[in-house]
Amino acid sequence: MSARLSAAFAKGRPALVTFVTGGDPTPDATPAILDALVAGGADVIELGMPFTDPMADGPAIQAANLRALAAGTKTATIFAIAKAFRARHPDVPLVLMGYANPMIARGPEWFAAQCQDAGVDGIICVDIPSEEDSEIGPALRAAGVDFIRLATPTTDTARLPAVLNGSSGFLYYVSVAGVTGKQQAAVDSIKDAMDRIKSATDIPVVVGFGVRTPDQAAAFAAHADGVVVGSALVDLVATHGADAAEPVRALTAALADAVHGAKATA
Amino acid sequence: MNAPLAPNSLRNLPDENGHFGQFGGRYVAETLMPLILDLEREYKAAKADPAFKAEFEDLLEHYVGRPSPLYFAPRLTEHWGGAQIWFKREELNHTGAHKINNCIGQILLAIRMGKTKIIAETGAGQHGVATATVCARFGLSCTIFMGATDVARQQPNVFRMKLLGAEVVPVTSGAATLKDAMNEALRHWVANVHDTFYIIGTAAGPHPYPELVRDFQSVIGREARAQMLARTGRLPDMLIAPVGGGSNAIGLFHPFLDDADVAMVGIEAGGHGVDTNAHAASLTGGKPGILHGNKTYLLQDEDGQITEAHSISAGLDYPGIGPEHSWLHEIGRVKYLPVNDDEAVEAFQLCCSLEGIIPALESAHALAALPKLAPQMDKDKIIIVNLSGRGDKDIFTIADKLGVEL
Repeated sequence: MSARLSAAFAKGRPALVTFVTGGDPTPDATPAILDALVAGGADVIELGMPFTDPMADGPAIQAANLRALAAGTKTATIFAIAKAFRARHPDVPLVLMGYANPMIARGPEWFAAQCQDAGVDGIICVDIPSEEDSEIGPALRAAGVDFIRLATPTTDTARLPAVLNGSSGFLYYVSVAGVTGKQQAAVDSIKDAMDRIKSATDIPVVVGFGVRTPDQAAAFAAHADGVVVGSALVDLVATHGADAAEPVRALTAALADAVHGAKATA
Repeated sequence: MNAPLAPNSLRNLPDENGHFGQFGGRYVAETLMPLILDLEREYKAAKADPAFKAEFEDLLEHYVGRPSPLYFAPRLTEHWGGAQIWFKREELNHTGAHKINNCIGQILLAIRMGKTKIIAETGAGQHGVATATVCARFGLSCTIFMGATDVARQQPNVFRMKLLGAEVVPVTSGAATLKDAMNEALRHWVANVHDTFYIIGTAAGPHPYPELVRDFQSVIGREARAQMLARTGRLPDMLIAPVGGGSNAIGLFHPFLDDADVAMVGIEAGGHGVDTNAHAASLTGGKPGILHGNKTYLLQDEDGQITEAHSISAGLDYPGIGPEHSWLHEIGRVKYLPVNDDEAVEAFQLCCSLEGIIPALESAHALAALPKLAPQMDKDKIIIVNLSGRGDKDIFTIADKLGVEL
């Protein structure tokens, strides 16, 4: 596992993982938004790679993908943003999240090498399940980039080992069967899922999908190693555009307080 | 449904992981994976169940109206002055296209799996109508996702679906055509996996869809093969079919794949021309990539962003193609040629005036390849064109193209 990711999950409290789409609203605006996430107290940064067909995303992140592409965001832009982020924040873990086709367009080895060069710690790919690991997994592992898999409410106990095999960095538990930013899972279901998953693996497990407020984040964080917030932050970018950094910092700070203190108050 | 195949047969793919060579596979979100694996198990069981086969065949005969005729087209043959031209008359099926064959098979699978809700995507509306039809027949609820652009240009089919009891959801993302409808259907499915079955309309998507859609559509080729043998005592020399996702084409081609003397040509939608940015010819103008659950040829830019397809035919207006076609293209067993909008419209009119058959614009693409192929062949050679659908739905598009006000 990347040393930066290990450190992020070894602070003795749940981690806040934040997502924004790279290049939204423009490539020039993204660095300040990423800095605001760090300033607000995010422990792990997920940078979304925009794709024309974001099948797993709800309306908020779909729109962010299209805004970023319309603003001229290319794969090279994403790696330039990542590389500059790494220079400004040597210790903050950075993960790219996106869809398979842009990741394999120039071959998985090219993509893995770019990640390594830019100081990207891990990859989350929505549409490469463990059955298709050979598409990109070997290239990422050879380059020392974590391949972070997703588990869902439909991933039963029999299937879980296959999902965990080859997964590193952390496991992303998708709390609801659905798309990003829509409905929210019941806390009880999170607790049950975490018990099941934690008994099968030692890698950190974070919960995401549908988490919007500090209260929700705290409730989930009490049962997990971390919580992911995406659509609520992306909504702020949609509303405030190039001026989104300050509102993003403020929401991140509130989320970080709630998540970091969750286990103590649970 | 098939006899055992020789080890070197071209008909024994996909492999156990759903791959046709490097193509196919299961590139879906984890939420869908368990359901896809369930579907695969259920399909295997259904294939081995004589009762499933019997019900499928009974419905094809008495509800769909199969077998569809194999028709010799004398005036079109005379017009092009070369090979004999025959039509496989899928446009005479109930609902007016080949799409119903697949929908019958998939709804029987949905019922076997205990699913109560059906969703589907549609481009031209033919698959939507066929899905709404089988849902009405079996009393299951039906939601059809259709790009808003297609809703506007296929109003008669939208109304048909509503008459049949389906809810039609217009999709406004992207260019609001077939690709976007499929994205939205996948989003809905992922949130409703527990009770919902997705009837995919073409031989694409995650494994086992390309395989099962092909198998259900292979009735076209099995019939055509038997009919041609019965009528002429020989096999055809060439098969021609239009290819969007490619389900009618793979249905016609697959039973002939091991007949080395039968040439096969798939016709892609060339739109305004494959040298422009406005076409839907993914084999001619695309490269391999991953979209909608499978690896296949896609129209895309150098970053892997999917580019918008264009075709005058809503049913062909998709930037990808079924994975088995990508494989057949790479091994060279099937040739794929593009035909542009104007050529298709010309062929549409010619078929109306010479044979008294109004073909779907999709099928007109196959007919438009005839001047490039038939005249070069001797008069004792035989071509079968898959007349995959009827053109009643397209008369407004044609009128518009010809500058006629209805």
